[in-house]
Amino acid sequence: MRKILAKTIENIVAELCILANLNLRKDVLATLKAARLKEKNNQAKSLISVIIQNALIAKKEKRAICQDTGMPCVFVEIGQKAYVEGDLKAAITKGVEAGYKKGFLRNSIVHNPLVRQSPRYLPPVIHIDIVKGNKLKLTVLPKGFGCENKAQLKMFKPTAKISEIKNFIVEVVRTAGPDACPPYVVGVGIGGTADYAAFLAKKALLQRVENQKPKTKNQRFANDVLRAVNKLNIGPMGLGGKTTALALNLETYPTHIAGLPVAVNISCHALRSATAVI
Amino acid sequence: MKKIKTPLDKRQIETLKVGEEVLLSGSVYTARDQAHKRLVEAIAKNKKTPIDLRRQIIYYCGPTKTPRGKAIGSCGPTTASRMDDFTPLLLKAGLKGMIGKGSRSAEVERAIKKYRGVYFLAYAGCGALLTKYVKKAEPVAYKDLGPEAIYKLEVKSFPLIVGIDVKGNNVYKQLAKLKSED
Repeated sequence: MRKILAKTIENIVAELCILANLNLRKDVLATLKAARLKEKNNQAKSLISVIIQNALIAKKEKRAICQDTGMPCVFVEIGQKAYVEGDLKAAITKGVEAGYKKGFLRNSIVHNPLVRQSPRYLPPVIHIDIVKGNKLKLTVLPKGFGCENKAQLKMFKPTAKISEIKNFIVEVVRTAGPDACPPYVVGVGIGGTADYAAFLAKKALLQRVENQKPKTKNQRFANDVLRAVNKLNIGPMGLGGKTTALALNLETYPTHIAGLPVAVNISCHALRSATAVI
Repeated sequence: MKKIKTPLDKRQIETLKVGEEVLLSGSVYTARDQAHKRLVEAIAKNKKTPIDLRRQIIYYCGPTKTPRGKAIGSCGPTTASRMDDFTPLLLKAGLKGMIGKGSRSAEVERAIKKYRGVYFLAYAGCGALLTKYVKKAEPVAYKDLGPEAIYKLEVKSFPLIVGIDVKGNNVYKQLAKLKSED
């Protein structure tokens, strides 16, 4: 069994919080640049330029890309031949606090959702999975809430047509409209249970954002829905243009014979995450 | 690009056309969800609001912590529609301008028209870039709300787009109309 110290995890989580919030993911930045080239609407082109400039300024001046440094979501994959000496969750939590303080990020978390006093940095939302091997993989995804607020879930009948699912996903984006900082990255989770589909939709945002030829049936479906989403012409800042979504990522899981859960989790253009493997 | 200054007087507001880009200089107050809730409660109870809203501009923004040596942390706009329910009352109380991102309700549109105000869009998701246009920031009310406190900001050439003008013209509706005419 390979030992991993809790303190190591704490330090790395702190760095990942800062990295994620200050350096826009390379794949997202590349996709924004590609979208700018393809964009025909001049204002849309110019607004994508502003978004790119913002990312460059954030990296250079070591500032948060967006003032909404999100609700920190931490995804942990721990190899079953590894073990943590110390309290894993406490280490992650302390790491988030340290990172958010050091990075001059934002205390956006209220302890009681109904009472809502004095926001703090904690706690993060933690997802832990046990995998093969002896490594520990940590991913921090600071999820902005303007876009989180546009998440939706629909429990389709098992006989639902693909077109109905496609229309639902497009409708979720149409409803978000200009409000959640388009161009979006759309995460879709299909299958599992209601809560698992929602988790998959969030996890889908961790996939690389890239324009590649679809190879599988799922990829073809995702591409097809992305095309339909971009026909909405919501555009950057909702001011029109063909760049409504930069990508649509799909995660699926087997599901029950009586159901077909479909969840959509929208990310704004500032899709931020950072990963480290210990 | 057109330059405008606070306080926003009637003359300036009436020159602003939906969709046009302007540069704002002067002072604005940040206020988001919880601050709006408190302001409206104060007005409803006939109590004095901690800032005089008359002729002011509110910026829907909760900045990150301020890095050493800087005037403000990242400070882009938050989703304006969450403040829709509170907005007509604030406009009635004398508020003249709002800065945010995203759509507003029909009721807000009507109130902007009735009380002769204006709604601006700031570059959404560009909180790092927007720090360049904020020269000074200090919390002036509701400090217990942390990032949701009311901050007074001194801004210079802050880039904005007119979202809803004094005639109630709405930039998103105009785009929808253009789309349907295509």
